[in-house]
Amino acid sequence: MHEWALAEGVITTATRFAEENGITEVTEVVVVVGELQQVEHEVLAFAFEHLKTPLFENARFMLESQPARFKCRNCGNEWSFTSQGMTEDVSEAIHFVPEMAHVYIKCSECGSPDFEVKEGRGVWLATIRGVKGDE
Amino acid sequence: MSDPRLAVIEKRLQDVRRVVAVSSGKGGVGKSMIATALALSLRDRGHSVGLLDLDFTSPATHVILGVEGLYPEEDYGIIPPMAHGLRYISITYYSVDEPTPLRGEDVSNAIIELLAITRWGELDYLIVDMPPGIGDATLDTVRLMPRIEFIVATTPSRVAFQSVRRLLVLLKDLGVPIIGVCENMVTNPHAYVREEVEGLGLEYLVSIGYDEGVEEALGDPEALRKTRFYKELETVSRSL
Repeated sequence: MHEWALAEGVITTATRFAEENGITEVTEVVVVVGELQQVEHEVLAFAFEHLKTPLFENARFMLESQPARFKCRNCGNEWSFTSQGMTEDVSEAIHFVPEMAHVYIKCSECGSPDFEVKEGRGVWLATIRGVKGDE
Repeated sequence: MSDPRLAVIEKRLQDVRRVVAVSSGKGGVGKSMIATALALSLRDRGHSVGLLDLDFTSPATHVILGVEGLYPEEDYGIIPPMAHGLRYISITYYSVDEPTPLRGEDVSNAIIELLAITRWGELDYLIVDMPPGIGDATLDTVRLMPRIEFIVATTPSRVAFQSVRRLLVLLKDLGVPIIGVCENMVTNPHAYVREEVEGLGLEYLVSIGYDEGVEEALGDPEALRKTRFYKELETVSRSL
């Protein structure tokens, strides 16, 4: 996923959560990102710094990466994602739309394109910590 | 916890005045042709228009438009390139001509991802070429784009319309606005589809005659504009 879109989404979602729960100062945000998203940590950290509002002035943004694992639906083989050997175009396609993995990656045993992404896909906001207004 | 991509989708569409999906219960009824021609026709009328091809397994709008060599610019997300006056996004920028074998959850994720990263800017209309049927893509699109309205395409065939009927009933049950139904590829005008559509309390928008010239106009929007198909469809763009 594109880092700037991700940072914007995290800030919007965390802001909404803070408002709903009376949090006036966010101190920590933990985002888990699947490896297949191919998010560059430094770019994401830069985007957070650029986009953050006063609510996040003292917030620590933490990014946890979950390795991507695939399981072939044809032969049951399991293997890990690697971007080694990928062309820049393919890598970029998977970065923008990770489902493009199904276009360019095949089972390392039988060559089938029908595989399941067992882990390492998607993005979610795992933790938001903060200070409530009346504390 | 929350998927942060969902919050961005609302923002990405906040400056789009109307989101119009062109859908069908069945493939092969000319849905992509109608979506593309409708987008071009609205552009002809001076509107700012985007075209989003969400038919990931059988994308066709790039063939109809004759789009080659385009790629979105990266700028805090992706900016849709201009194709014949339309801001245009298709999965083929990334899949090229390779098969895209996506299952339900993958389709959902790909739709979320594209909607979250695409910066449409200000648009009068975003036309969405939907995949046929009532599967995950239709349900997700309705869920993710709450302001969406539907134009549903069918042919005169009773087989096609029975599938279309299921889609129309589903959309009604979901409370989604239905602009109306386009009957396409009509060879022997008959009241069957009109009566069925009106029986559901919906608007029958247009009867479009079968036009052999459409195939010849593929890849050439200027030629498409001269077809009888295009002229008959203009009644729909005028009414939007």
